[in-house]
Order: sequence, then C-alpha cells, then structure tokens
Amino acid sequence: MTSRLAKFQSIWQSAPYAFAFIGAMVIFAITLIANQGSGAGQIVSAALAFGSFYALVGIGQMFVITSGPGNIDLSVPANIALSGAVAMSIMGGSDAMIPLGLLAALGCGAAIGCVNYALISVLRIPPIIATLSSSFVVQSLAIVYGRGLRITPPPFLAEIATGRVAGIPILSVLVIALAGVMALVLHRSIYGRFLKAIGQNMNAASLAGIRVGLVRFGTYVLCAIFAALCGVLLAAFSGGASLNMGEEYLLASIAVVVIGGTSVAGGFSNVSGIWGAALFLYLLVTMMNTLGVGTGLRQILTGLIIVAVITLAGSRRGVRE
Amino acid sequence: MTTHSQQQRREAMPGSSLQDSLVALSGVTKTFGAVRALAGVDLSVGPGECIGLVGHNGAGKSTLMQILAGTLRPTDGRYDLGGETVALSDVSVSKAQGVGIRCVFQELSLCPNLTATENVRVRHAALSGFGWRKRAAKLLTEALDDIFPGHGISPGATVGDLSLGRRQMVEIAINFIATESSHPRLVILDEPTSSLDQSVASQLLAYARRFVEAGGSIILISHILGDIFSTAGRIVVMRDGAVVADRPASEFDRASLVAAMGHVAEDDEDEALAHAAKARIGEPVVIARPPKQANGAAVSLHRGEIVGLAGLAGHGQTALLRLVQHAAYHRSRLAEVRGRIAFVAGDRQSDGVFPLWSIGENVTIRSLPALSRLGFVSSAREAAMEAEWKDTLKIRTPDMDDNILTLSGGNQQKALFARALGSDAEIIAMDDPMRGVDVGTKREVYERIRKEAGEGRSFLWYTTEFDELLHCDHVYVFREGRIVAELDRGELTEEKVLQSSFDEAAA
Amino acid sequence: MARLDPKLLRAAVPALSLALLLVAIFIIQPRTMSYFGLNLMLNLALPIAFATMAQLFILTVNDLDLSIGGFVSMVACIAATWLNETPLLGIAALIASIAAYAALGALIHLRNLPSIVVTLGMSFVWLGCAVLLLPSPGGAAPDWLTAIVKFKMPFVPLAIVASAVLGLVVHFGLMRSAGGVVLRASGGNPQAVAKAGWSLLKLKVTMYALAGTFGVLSGLILVGTTTSADANIALRYTLLSIAGVILGGGEFTGGRVSPIGAVLGALTLALVGSLLSFLRISPEWQIGAQGLMLIVVLALRSLVNRFEERAQ
Repeated sequence: MTSRLAKFQSIWQSAPYAFAFIGAMVIFAITLIANQGSGAGQIVSAALAFGSFYALVGIGQMFVITSGPGNIDLSVPANIALSGAVAMSIMGGSDAMIPLGLLAALGCGAAIGCVNYALISVLRIPPIIATLSSSFVVQSLAIVYGRGLRITPPPFLAEIATGRVAGIPILSVLVIALAGVMALVLHRSIYGRFLKAIGQNMNAASLAGIRVGLVRFGTYVLCAIFAALCGVLLAAFSGGASLNMGEEYLLASIAVVVIGGTSVAGGFSNVSGIWGAALFLYLLVTMMNTLGVGTGLRQILTGLIIVAVITLAGSRRGVRE
Repeated sequence: MTTHSQQQRREAMPGSSLQDSLVALSGVTKTFGAVRALAGVDLSVGPGECIGLVGHNGAGKSTLMQILAGTLRPTDGRYDLGGETVALSDVSVSKAQGVGIRCVFQELSLCPNLTATENVRVRHAALSGFGWRKRAAKLLTEALDDIFPGHGISPGATVGDLSLGRRQMVEIAINFIATESSHPRLVILDEPTSSLDQSVASQLLAYARRFVEAGGSIILISHILGDIFSTAGRIVVMRDGAVVADRPASEFDRASLVAAMGHVAEDDEDEALAHAAKARIGEPVVIARPPKQANGAAVSLHRGEIVGLAGLAGHGQTALLRLVQHAAYHRSRLAEVRGRIAFVAGDRQSDGVFPLWSIGENVTIRSLPALSRLGFVSSAREAAMEAEWKDTLKIRTPDMDDNILTLSGGNQQKALFARALGSDAEIIAMDDPMRGVDVGTKREVYERIRKEAGEGRSFLWYTTEFDELLHCDHVYVFREGRIVAELDRGELTEEKVLQSSFDEAAA
Repeated sequence: MARLDPKLLRAAVPALSLALLLVAIFIIQPRTMSYFGLNLMLNLALPIAFATMAQLFILTVNDLDLSIGGFVSMVACIAATWLNETPLLGIAALIASIAAYAALGALIHLRNLPSIVVTLGMSFVWLGCAVLLLPSPGGAAPDWLTAIVKFKMPFVPLAIVASAVLGLVVHFGLMRSAGGVVLRASGGNPQAVAKAGWSLLKLKVTMYALAGTFGVLSGLILVGTTTSADANIALRYTLLSIAGVILGGGEFTGGRVSPIGAVLGALTLALVGSLLSFLRISPEWQIGAQGLMLIVVLALRSLVNRFEERAQ
C-alpha cells in the first residue's frame, strides 16, 4: 500500500502533467463507449474550445501559485467580468475598434494586478485577503459598468472566439500557441527561473541577488492580464459580456493548476499540465452528461477528484505557509 | 563563587553516584546522518547540583541538552532516569517531564497570541476546570515574584506584546512553577541571560543558587564565564561532541577554563598560513556598522582582503552579512557597499539551496543575466558554466542535472560556493559556510578563496571555527551584536578570540 | 495616558465601525430604529454571523475554509428537504456532515495538505450534494425551525439577542476556558504545544468539527428565515465569512482571533447593504463597499503595526 503510494508519487514527480492527460483520455474513452463511438470529433472540438478558457486563466493562476506558498489570485472572476464588459463597450461591435478595446481591457487587467500587488506589498496584506478584497471592488465596478450592457462583440472577434477551421476551434490554436510561449517563458527565461527560485525559497532567492519584489509584482500583473484576456474572449464567445460569466473560473483556475501537477507549495509547475487538466475538466462534464449523471453528482466527483489529487500528490515539502 | 555548603555536599558524595542521580547518561552518542554530534558522553546530574556547561559552538551542548530533556533520542548509550534505565526507543519528553526535568531553550516556546497566564495553562495540563485562570495567574505571579522581584509583568499581558527580555522572564518562570502533579527537579537553562539586562540576570542567578540550595538541580549554559563561576558548583566542558573536563568549579580559573575549551591546533598547514598582515590601503569596498554598535567601530573590507567575523554563533555576524547584502541593492544608513556582491549561505536549507532544482541550476542562478540573450537563458552557455565549475571545485556528481539534494552536504556547499565564485561579484559574503563540511572539501575551498583574494576579490567571512580565522587578513570579534575586538593577522590567537567572545562581567 | 494603547484600539475598531454604521442608518432612516426595523435588517445577518464563526475556528489554526458557503447551502437544502420530511434522516445527515468536517481536519493535518485546495475541492462536493437534494429552488423549512427563528422576543429582536449570545458563548469557550486556550495555542506556536504534550491532530479535528457545527447552525437559521432553500443560497458566505473575521480584528495567521469582533464584523458587513440602500446608492455598490471597507481596515491595521514596530 505504502509502496504503491510511493510509486504513484514518483511518477507524479517525474511527469506531473501525465495524470491530467491520462485522465482526460480515459474519460474520453468512456464517453465514446457510452456513445457507441459516435460524436468523437464534436466532443474533441468542444473540449478544445471550452478548455481554452480554463487554460487561459489557469496559466495566469499557475504563475502566481508558482511564486510560493500563500500566493493566489482570487480576483480572477471579477477581473473577467470587468475586462469583458470594458472590451465590449469600447469595441461597440465594430471591427475597427478591436485593437483599442483589447488594449483597454488588458490595461484594465494590468491595473487590477497592480492594485493587488500594492495591497500585498505596501499594506502587507496576505495575498488571499488582498485579492479577495480587491475582487469585491472590481466586481462592483463590473456590475455598475456593465449594467444593461447588451453589446454584441465585433464580428471578427466573434469569429476568432467561435470559428472553426477543419473542426478545430481557432481560439484553441491561439491559446495552445500562447501556452507554448508561456512554457518557454516559465522554463527558459530569466524571469521564469527567478520566479521558480522565489517559489522554492524566497530567502535564498533574495540572497542570490534576485529582486523578489519586482518578480512577484510582474507575476500578479501577468495573471491579471491573462484573466482580462480570458474576459474579452469569453465575452466574444458568448455573444456579449455578462456579469456572472467569470463566476466558475475562480474554482476552475485553481483546480486546473492543482490537477495539472503544479505544486501548491510553489517553485514547481508546468504549462502542459494546465491544458491536460482543462481538457480533463471539460471532458468530465461531457462524460457525465453522456452517462446521464446530473450536475450534482458531477460537482461531487469534480470536488473529490481535486481532493484525491492533492492527497496523493501530497505536499512536496514540509509546512511552510 | 561557590557557597560553602554546596561544596561540602559535593565532597560528601563524590561524582554523585548513578543510584541517586536524577538523570544519568553513559556512553551516549548521537549522529545526524554522517555527522557525529555526540561521541560518547557520560554525564550524571544529582539532586542539589548546579552544573555549568561550557564549550565552543558545535561542541554538542545543545544536542546533549535535547537528549537530557527527551526531545532527541540518543543513537547509542545508556539513559537513566531517576535511577532506572530507559530503553532508548522509549526516550520522550513526557518521560523526562515525569521526573521533573524542564528545559528553557534559546528559541522561546511561548505562544505569542496568548497571555502569560494562558501560556502557563498550555504548559501545565493539570490547570483546568473552574477558576483555572486565577490559579494559573497566581502560580505565575508567585514564580515571577520569587525569581524576579519587581518584574512589573502583568500575567494578563499578551506575550507577543512583551519585550524579548520579559518574554524570557515569563518562559523561565513557567519552567520553575510547581503544580500538584509536577515539580521542577532539574531545570536546564540554555543561555538564559542572553536577552536579560544585567540586574535581571543577577536576580535569576541568585534564584538559581537558592533553588539548588533547596535541593533542586540546574544545568546552566552561558557564554558569560562570570555567571558560570558565580553559580555553578561543577563545570562540564565540552569539545567536539565529547566531555573533556568535568570538575568542581573551584578547580578552574578563567584561564584554565578557556584553555579547556580551545583545542590544540593539529593543522600542519599553519606554517603556510602564517603570512604577515597586509597593510590596509585605499578606500574600503565595504563599511558596515552593526545596528547595536554604540561606539564608532565598523567592519571594513578592502579590495583583495579576507576579513573574518568571529565570536560565538548568533552574536550579530549573520545579521551584519545580511545588512551588507541588502545594502548592495538598497540604500542603507548603516552600511556602504561599493561593488557587486554574492552570498554563500551557511544554513543551506533556509538560505541557500533551491531544493527542487538540479545542481547546475543551483550553480547558475546568480549568473543568469550574464548567461542570457534577450531575457532567455542560453542552454549552451549555462551548460558550459556548469561544466567549468564542476571541474574547478571538483563537485562529486555523475551529472550536474541531478537534483541538488543527491549531493552530500559538503558538495552542496561546493555548489553554493560555485554559485558565488562563478558570478560577477567583486565581494563575497560567507555565512559560516563550512558547517558540516568534510576536511578535504574545506582545504580545497580554502585554497580557492586565497587564490581568488590574491586576484583581487574581497571576502567577508563569518566563521565559528578558529582555524578558519587563520586564513583572514583581519578579524572582528562579535559579542551581543557588537564588535568587541579587532585583530590583525599578526596579533590573532585563539586565546584572544575566546577571551573576547566570552564576557567577563560577573553578575 | 499620553498614548492610546494600540491593543485597545484594535479591539475597539469593530465595535466603533458597527456603531458608526448604525448611527448613520438611524439618521438617514429613523424608522429603522424600531423593533421591526432592526429585526428586518438583522435577520439575514444572523446566519452570516454563524458562518463567520465557523470560519474563525478554521482561521485560528492557520487554515482557511473556502467551502463554508457551499457547506451552509447544503445544510440549508438538507433542512428544507429531509429534515422536514424525514426528520431522523435529516438529523443523521447533519451529524454526518459535521463528522465529514472533522475528518477533513484530520486529513489536512495528517497529510500536511494546503487547506485552501482541500476546502476548494470540498466546496464542489457540498454544492453537488445541495444540487442533488434540491435541483431547483424550493423545499420547505420545518415548522419548528421557522417558529424558533421567527420567535418574537419581548423588547429586543431575537437577532440581536442571538448575535450577542453567539459572540459571548464562543468568547467564553475559545478565549476564556482552559480548553479554548490550548486550541488557540495550536495556532500560535504549534511546535511548543506539541512539545508540551498535546496532540495537534486532536486539536485540529476539534476545530474543524466546531466549524462544521457552526456551519450547520448557520444553514438551519438561514432556512428558518427564508423558509425555503436553493443550492446557491449561501455561496457568497465563503468570502463574507473571511472578511467578517478579518474585519473583527482577527489575524490571518498566528491564532489571533476575536469571536465578539467577528460577530460585529459580520453584522457590519451585512448592514453595509442597508445603509447603501437608504442612501439611495444602487445595490450594485454594496459588495464594492464591503471590499473597500476591508481594505481600509487592513490599511489602518498595517499602519498601526508599523507604528508599533517603529516605536520599539
């Protein structure tokens, strides 16, 4: 029993992303069997489209979580709601305004990231509380700003968000490419190295000459920008911004990070696992729908899977909260 | 000063036989991995004894006390409690507490979020039920009044709000409290006066003498030799994990005690080290004043120099190094640093190693900007640096891509040296970096440091080992956060360093 | 008394802010200064206060519960269905859910897991259970429950009395009793507590079980007030409860909490909405005002802390 657990943990440590992908494939297979083999293409296509949003917020959240224990961004959903609304209202349904609207939304995200880090660093508020309280304010802004906003997205943007080429969603191609870039940033850039160093041992990182504050600041802004981008695309995908469109992404963003094999103790993460977990989460929904499992049971299973994953993966290091 | 009655008692029962001893260790060893912290220690404590325990850092004092108190289990040997032998696997805190052994460790074990009274309750489980708070407050006040008359501590004060000294007083008082179910019979005081001011410290020592006269036992660890002489009836000297002297206090004087602590230099390379002091010329690259320094003394480091920071562990040397490191990046009113700096950690786990990374990644982290183009690290250049330093410092590993924790402690330390030496830093700060490092590695690194210094790098070297000071051009001795002596290479002797490290001031 | 004691100041802030808020409400809308008005305003605050207390137990041992909202929702659904139709099954389910909370505490301690992730996962589970029980809003609260919650106390509304009792009971249990001291100690310096011979596992399980118990009470009161339930009824309690504890003077780590402060904090958060509506500010700003209040309080606190540091 113990040795099996140890074996599991050793696989987990050498290829932490593997389980997310294996899980996704197993679930996919079950779904196909239940469907008698039909609709595979459709399922994959939908999974890629919906998984893109999970992946987007998940990547941002992953960078924050990588920066060490206690770091987390709870302002993601509010950010999505506000940025989506800002983008839609500035674009006003016109293709010509897309760059400006996108810029405004990303700028809005960056501002939220700045506020988050200011609360953490200047007021020394723990990240959870800091991002929680800023999310309250942002959510209010989103409600007020987005009230009665019924603007459809510009056609070009909508095409990008919903269009398919040979059955493959355009959006997913873009997000996969972005994920590739972010993987490069995480593993090969100086910033990525510094971030992982800080996540493992903030003290040692500072003594190794790393500007810890600057790196953490950049990370919170990065996460907020990713959430903002997700907000814009989500609004384009669903035919306009809505206030509660970010709601499910708080839990989802953390869930994909954990299932994707990132260490919640910080310093160890991978981007591909995020995609694996994103597909896994969506396919789980599809499978249970196919099997006729209701939303309730689906939620319960999702939750139990998160708890099981964290229990089996264990904390990589001792207590350091 | 030993009181007359105490001496008489001791003479009446020489060496306090094992039968009526409170706790007795014989042939106790303790190893941590490959490191041998205790190499066969015999020690017995009888009732009514006050033992002064002295020794340099790493002599094994703390390990020995933790074994006495049951927080550590001996690797081998015999452990007797109250005349009965306890199986080594059964050694535990509760067993030790059962016979009345209490321990005031250096790191306080109070809960800062609770009041002083509430901390009494946490320590003494018997205090519960209706009116416990009143009873606990009464016990604490009595103990405080007894030990520190005029202490001015309210038992209802939150511990976190108390000054460090007062926290220490509460901690001490709690350990001397007797409840219906538990009486203190042996209290271990590990540097109890470190955060107390003079008058309070003398109150404590006076109480300790009264406690011993009433039949209790005390083990006192202190770097203030005056305290040891004024309080202890018997002095135990430790060196390199063994007891090297265990005699009545009256048989020691200050000089013989210091001599017993120091060890005979058995190094053959002393000759090579006996270089003459270099003249200190030009502008220093580092000037740093300890925050607690009242006079104008400051550590200064010149180009190409190796400057040593000496004294007992935890007396402000590491804090000074951190201050210098910080001042290299930020403005500071206490330190001025001209040049790039790198830090070699001594506490590898908390300050040095990135545990999830390979050896190579641990080496290159300080030099990444130099190894990159457009913000991305060049794999080729990184690999080249890893290979270079693997050879230069002879890091013993099949592959620099292996995890850093696969290395032995000494080789991990080499990786940390490589991180600093391989960087563009002109100044290297070293925080007692040879802890737990084998002799062979040490020699290689010493040689490297001297070579680098010859080429113009400057080293600021905190060390607790006297032999290492022999490599330095200039030495500052620290005590209680201040520079208390400044020695040139020419005037450096172990005697002088020990004299300055241990305070004369008798209570 | 040249300088204000920062400790006193910190303890007084929650009470002062609530008093200030009430005064503002009374001035703007004098009609609220009545039995009926107060009852109306505070009725929905009571379950929040209980949920805040549940969160306080978890925060005391340096953990965080992101599932309390989902948990209260589930309890509300159990109360509006099983407890009403088959009381024995309902009671068994409630006891089982408290046991589940205690088990979570054990799991988190034994495997040394981050409480945030575990409770995040559990929030899905509770919510799923709630949806299974009550797929669409509805159900009915047991009559006895409604009767208790809507009981008309003479002179003082039940909500005020209940809040006061809640604050005082937990204050005596956690802050004054001998057992409570050890529970808080395990948040302040766990190593020292273990060294003194206490079992950290037992302490943590106790705290989680207490949190589960107060979560159950919160759900029951909520259903008694609303008389029906839905699966999403209390989701926002997660964030409100954290905010309430912090607003009430609790610290994020180190076992520094204040039960009375937490009740006041929860009431304050609940009343902000009333004030805004009386000010004719659209309810959209309510959550923003709660957030701003949290930031201001935390900013003030960090200012006081820095002041103290400098003074030392």
